[in-house]
Amino acid sequence: MNIIVLVKQVPDTEAKIRISDDGKHIDESSIKLVVNPYDEYAIEAALQLKETHGGEITLVSLGPAGAVTALRTGLAMGADKAVLIKADDSRFMDSQTVANHLSKVIKEREFDLILGGKKAVDTDAQQVGSLIAMDLNLPIITAIVELDLNGNQVSAVREVEGGAETVTCQLPAVLTCEKGLNEPRYPNLRGIMMAKKKTIEEKEISDGGIAVEIVSMEYPPQKAEGQIVGEGPDAVPELVRLLREEAKVI
Amino acid sequence: MDSLFFNDEHRMLIDMVKDFAASEVAPVAREMDAESRFPKELVNQMAELGLMGIPVPEEYGGAGMDTVAYAAAIIEIAKADASVAITLAAHTSLGTMPIVIAGTEEQKQEFVPKLASGEILGAFGLTEPGAGSDAGATKTKAVKDGNEYIINGGKIFITNAGHAGILNITTQIIENGEIKGIGAFIVPTNTAGLKIGPPEKKMGWKASDTRQLYFEDMRVPAANLLGNPAGGFKTFMKTLIGGRISIGALGVGTAEGAYLKALQYSTEREAFGKPIHKFQGVGFKLADMATEIEAAKLLVFHAAWLKDQGQDVTKEAAMAKLYASEVAMQTTTNAIQVLGGYGYVKEYDVERYFRDAKVLEIGEGTSEVQRMIIAKEILKSVQ
Ligand SMILES: Cc1cc2nc3c(=O)[nH]c(=O)nc-3n(C[C@H](O)[C@H](O)[C@H](O)COP(=O)(O)OP(=O)(O)OC[C@H]3O[C@@H](n4cnc5c(N)ncnc54)[C@H](O)[C@@H]3O)c2cc1C
Repeated sequence: MNIIVLVKQVPDTEAKIRISDDGKHIDESSIKLVVNPYDEYAIEAALQLKETHGGEITLVSLGPAGAVTALRTGLAMGADKAVLIKADDSRFMDSQTVANHLSKVIKEREFDLILGGKKAVDTDAQQVGSLIAMDLNLPIITAIVELDLNGNQVSAVREVEGGAETVTCQLPAVLTCEKGLNEPRYPNLRGIMMAKKKTIEEKEISDGGIAVEIVSMEYPPQKAEGQIVGEGPDAVPELVRLLREEAKVI
Repeated sequence: MDSLFFNDEHRMLIDMVKDFAASEVAPVAREMDAESRFPKELVNQMAELGLMGIPVPEEYGGAGMDTVAYAAAIIEIAKADASVAITLAAHTSLGTMPIVIAGTEEQKQEFVPKLASGEILGAFGLTEPGAGSDAGATKTKAVKDGNEYIINGGKIFITNAGHAGILNITTQIIENGEIKGIGAFIVPTNTAGLKIGPPEKKMGWKASDTRQLYFEDMRVPAANLLGNPAGGFKTFMKTLIGGRISIGALGVGTAEGAYLKALQYSTEREAFGKPIHKFQGVGFKLADMATEIEAAKLLVFHAAWLKDQGQDVTKEAAMAKLYASEVAMQTTTNAIQVLGGYGYVKEYDVERYFRDAKVLEIGEGTSEVQRMIIAKEILKSVQ
């Protein structure tokens, strides 16, 4: 079984984010970049499938040259090989453009399954998995929290408002992974030393064109200080009024 | 620092250990300290991650990484918990590396893969009631009897002893009634005649296991003699130089762990209407801590790097150990000061870092002994 895993390098969720001088990007000069946490679930899912069904895992990433570090981490976790589609301006690209580039590379390969994160934590667009499925005309199940494979039959569980649904489809397919699917392993030292010897194929990008552009970025508004309405039972009516009329939560 | 000493493998290792320390070690550190509980589970996890044999060559089951990698891993673990870091450091530098460096091929094949995989834990017994800094004053005697040695005596303050599979111990070597010098033996812990005492109750490193050893007519095969006794005790002691670098790394990690807590706290705590870091008296303390930690780190990684280049680092390792352990003491003291009364209670953890720091100025050669080594080395150039 051949599995493709989509991997994006993103700023560490714990990094302190600053907007760059042009007001359109985040300043990446001093922040730590990591594998998108949702992609780690996808890598782990691929590794577990490989452990039971055998096969080969190829990581595919679109990003600047530095994104090889994210691919090396995935290789250290146990993936077999990787492809980096090199694009220094990948952070400007909209989801459609990214998906097109990825699809083009994936199409040239033999695969049974494409796994990805449900979203990248930096752009938060939640689109690339679905757009690739559309490009390649494949079934897609998004945000899975359980995965079972029986022959060619995929069975996955998704969390939906107030419950869960089980969805099935046939391979080849695209699945995007949600938190809770698994507990991604740490790359062990043997894996780290072996990753050095695995190949990362680099592809130059053919011009894709950009359809959607970021105009500006702003910091979220400062959280207002809490308001003390009063003390004891006397304060309850006023609190209820504020919650209903101002906060509109009840 | 990053680009000076680290390659991609180092960076991946650091990321992995940092993650492991933050999500597995830090959450249980306070509790293990309070209960003086040995981190058995964490040792097993470290074994799975391949951390029990970082600088051990691949052919003996290790990761085949270098001293820089090993020091970096110790720093990351010590930032979360010094007891776990010393458990790993004593196992690696004292329990395993002397066999890797001085062992015969048979000894390496027999013991090193088990140690490097974490199947068994290693320990080193040098200190005796009458022989600490003066390690040559060892009273424990190994008397040759055919193909065996009969060992009598004992050791004190031995890290990991209660959980170890093998102990490397130093003894006087006696053949035909004549003292041949001081040598070392690999002693499996199931050897008859070996007794291991209860854990010591300590000021810090509470989750690390420290015990006394007793040898009563303990018979050890001559094949377990470690290193050539004719080569001399001094040559053997050189196998312990890597250990000094790892104690330096422990100093850096202990200092940095406490400093990061103080830094964070200084932005949260307000007094006289502003966050306390805005007071120069606090800001300067934090600036000194950061500077000293950076300096200690450079000494540690420089010593490690030189060692990886195959150089004799007797002086550099002693300097790194001396300076980093004193920085750890100074930084943890000031970290408590930054937290005020909160620093003195256990809930804020910095008091644990303070208690864990002191032993760094004692174990694997006191600060005085390090200064003796450095003085001797620097005077070589003018005498
Ligand atoms: C928690 C812990 C774990 C340990 N783990 C191990 C272990 O795994 N294996 C092991 O073998 N040992 C271990 N030790 C022992 C440790 O290495 C010794 O305690 C240390 O070497 C000092 O020896 P000592 O305690 O006998 O002190 P002493 O040698 O008696 O020193 C007392 C004081 O005199 C000073 N002093 C001694 N000689 C001189 C001199 N010539 N000039 C100036 N000052 C001098 C010392 O610096 C010190 O301040 C451990 C100790 C502790 C506390």
